[in-house]
Amino acid sequence: MLTAPLEYGLFLAAMLFTMGFLGLLVRRNLIFMLICVEVMLNAAGLAFIVAGARWGQPDGQIMMIFILTMAAAEVAVGLALILSIYRRTKTLDADVVSQMHG
Amino acid sequence: MNFPFILFLIASFVALGSTALAITGRHAVHALLYLILSLLSVAVIFFLLGAPFIAALEVIIYAGAIIVLFLFIIMMLNMGTRDHNSDWIQPVNWVGPGVMAALLLAVLGTAIFQGNPGILDTRVVTPQEVGISLFGPYMIGVQLAAMMLLAGLVGATHLRKRDH
Repeated sequence: MLTAPLEYGLFLAAMLFTMGFLGLLVRRNLIFMLICVEVMLNAAGLAFIVAGARWGQPDGQIMMIFILTMAAAEVAVGLALILSIYRRTKTLDADVVSQMHG
Repeated sequence: MNFPFILFLIASFVALGSTALAITGRHAVHALLYLILSLLSVAVIFFLLGAPFIAALEVIIYAGAIIVLFLFIIMMLNMGTRDHNSDWIQPVNWVGPGVMAALLLAVLGTAIFQGNPGILDTRVVTPQEVGISLFGPYMIGVQLAAMMLLAGLVGATHLRKRDH
């Protein structure tokens, strides 16, 4: 039987979430910002799985399935938005997009 | 320190290192490959934690479908050659957000390690239990997820149509 402390899994999830957050703050390329959002969603799912494994219940895995569904929908809409932005501005710089009004 | 715990530690370090390389990469395709490595190591961790069904879903949906979507867009935009704003990625630009992110990590770590200590005796939760629970008490969540997927589909289609 595997015995790994709960803290290790949760701390790994926290570190992954923090790295995604850091990348989201620093990067200005829209593709990389979306990748960082994916990393953060994955870290949140990892925390759910660790918590579900702690009590041996399926609820954590079900939340992970919902997160997976949401990530798929988010990526589809986000990439469509990125395509639209690229067609209009010919760049993927988020700072350029911040100048649009209305 | 038994063998599965050593596997857990190795997978954790691989996940952290590949995620760091993914978010700092200048080449989008290389960053995606590192992201695949990160997702696969997280899938190994899911397997070790007694969630084999989610480990399979992670490989199929995340490392399969979502990364392929990213690759499609990178190829469509023809941005695989170089980052358009590489001058942003200087070491000095990482200081301020790095301090904020380190503070966030310190808060999360304090919350985790100051809580009740517990030893994880993982029990394998089979896909059967997940399915019974998913279509039992969580039925409304499944229907909401279906509506959200439909909304995402309609939204993505509409965004692409409006350009033409």
